[in-house]
Amino acid sequence: MDVVIWSRIQFAMTAAYHWLFVPLTLGLALVMAVMETLYVVKKDEFWKKAAQFWIKLFAINFAVGIATGIILEFEFGTNWSNYSWFVGDMFGAPLAIEGILAFFMEATFFAVMFFGWNKVSPKFHLASTWLTGIGATISAYWILVANGWMQNPVGTTFNPDTVRSEMASAAAFWEVITNPVAVSKFCHSVTSGWVTGGIFVVGVSAWYLLKNRHVEFAKKSMLIGAIVGLVGSGAVMLSGDSSGVHAAEFQPMKLAAAEGLEDGGNGAAFTIVPGIKIPKMLSILATHDINGFVPGINDILNGYTDNDGNEVPSVAEKMAMGREALEALAVYRTTDDDFVKDDARSILMDNEKYMGYGHLEKPEDVIPPVGVVFWAFRFMIGLGMLIALVLLLSLIAIWKDKLGSWKWLLWATIICIPLVYICGQSGWVVAEVGRQPWTIQGLLPVNVAISSLSAGAVKTTFFVFLAVFALFLAIEIRIMIRAIGKGPEVEPSENI
Amino acid sequence: MAKTGGILSFFVSLYRDGFRNMTWGKPLVWLIVLKLIILFAILRVFFFKPAMRGLTDEEKSAVVGERLTQPPHNPDTLKLITE
Repeated sequence: MDVVIWSRIQFAMTAAYHWLFVPLTLGLALVMAVMETLYVVKKDEFWKKAAQFWIKLFAINFAVGIATGIILEFEFGTNWSNYSWFVGDMFGAPLAIEGILAFFMEATFFAVMFFGWNKVSPKFHLASTWLTGIGATISAYWILVANGWMQNPVGTTFNPDTVRSEMASAAAFWEVITNPVAVSKFCHSVTSGWVTGGIFVVGVSAWYLLKNRHVEFAKKSMLIGAIVGLVGSGAVMLSGDSSGVHAAEFQPMKLAAAEGLEDGGNGAAFTIVPGIKIPKMLSILATHDINGFVPGINDILNGYTDNDGNEVPSVAEKMAMGREALEALAVYRTTDDDFVKDDARSILMDNEKYMGYGHLEKPEDVIPPVGVVFWAFRFMIGLGMLIALVLLLSLIAIWKDKLGSWKWLLWATIICIPLVYICGQSGWVVAEVGRQPWTIQGLLPVNVAISSLSAGAVKTTFFVFLAVFALFLAIEIRIMIRAIGKGPEVEPSENI
Repeated sequence: MAKTGGILSFFVSLYRDGFRNMTWGKPLVWLIVLKLIILFAILRVFFFKPAMRGLTDEEKSAVVGERLTQPPHNPDTLKLITE
């Protein structure tokens, strides 16, 4: 395997590892804030102890997850230096805001939440708990602004002098931060975190019920977890719908790969699994029109007319325009003749949108690994729906007081804990593998984004990471299981 | 100013007393410290040196510009531009 593949595997592993901790942080933050709100409103000590227990599990998850995102930034500089330079102007602002916000919010409200039970008023403590969760959520927004821009690079212009994509004005910055892809990605990711937190709380509570321990605590926690998880599931479905529409609009190849759709058309069917289709459903999901046109892989390769009547060029035509752009860039950067420079700049700007296509060797290079994207998409949707169903059944069981007799459901909620992680990871596989070969959609393919490194150097760091990550994950799971085993009433409630 | 000092001393005592009275949280703090050491003192120093470290912005532009324009391109376009 070459350096590009090793660097991608390493980045994918680091991002996937980071995403093990983020959704539980976002979800548990909401659960514990709701519980503490109940404590402050009802003045019931039970909810204080309940909140403290889930804050404890939040802390364990946070401690192991902390700084895993920084490794991604190490990799940007070492493995993806061309990309880092190319996006530096655009990424600088969101990532700086994210870093500063994360640091200040975590250093202040986090500390109050963990250390301040006896030092501040209940209301101030409650505000700190909410702000910890809100801070983590806002932090996620800025990261997803950066990711959303890579999927749909709006608001920037390529500067041939600096060789960077740059934001020229405050309006451009606004366009970047309100990028529809970033907004729907943020909603989808954060609410999937609520599902993760919800099912985690429900599953852990189910385990106590199966062991007949902390029964009241478990039942009440299960109720909160199920509500948070179900609200999250509903929001995930809504934001997933807008993600689908955006994929159809901005990344049709990703959608075609996720559907395994070779030839598209009007009134396209949605494939549940190969051989089982729902007529017209793909058109409804992708265009909100029962007869909307959804392009397949071949349509994208050969060119098509979109639903607004615009002619979308074939990939070969885009490659020709991309090569014109790159050639113009070469001339611009080497000539001293102002007249030639102006002409080159003009040609470059006319074809900027397809600049990345100039690096492709053949049109088929734009097709991502269809099998991987297709099945990851089905895992994500299938598991997401299964988890929503289990959460709904949990609520029904609580309402009908059937938790004692529906033991199968308690086991199902426990099994859903690893499944929710597979679901979330599958979603990211669809999002990231589905946009290959692009690091930045249409502008920069992965083989150009990479640094000049040897595959051996990346392989070494990959295995070092694998060992370190595995060690920390094993430590987290062990500490988490021990904390769950001890339960909510063992530790002194005032100290962490 | 006095108010700022008050907030600062509040946070100092919050952290000091918090760490001092920790029970189950202590292993987590050590875990974070260990992780940060591994990240910044080992991985960052020995394995993750920025590829373009030490270059000026102009030199970085030149390196990336060169890479972007590396592939052979359509000679007709060059003709079109230079004519």
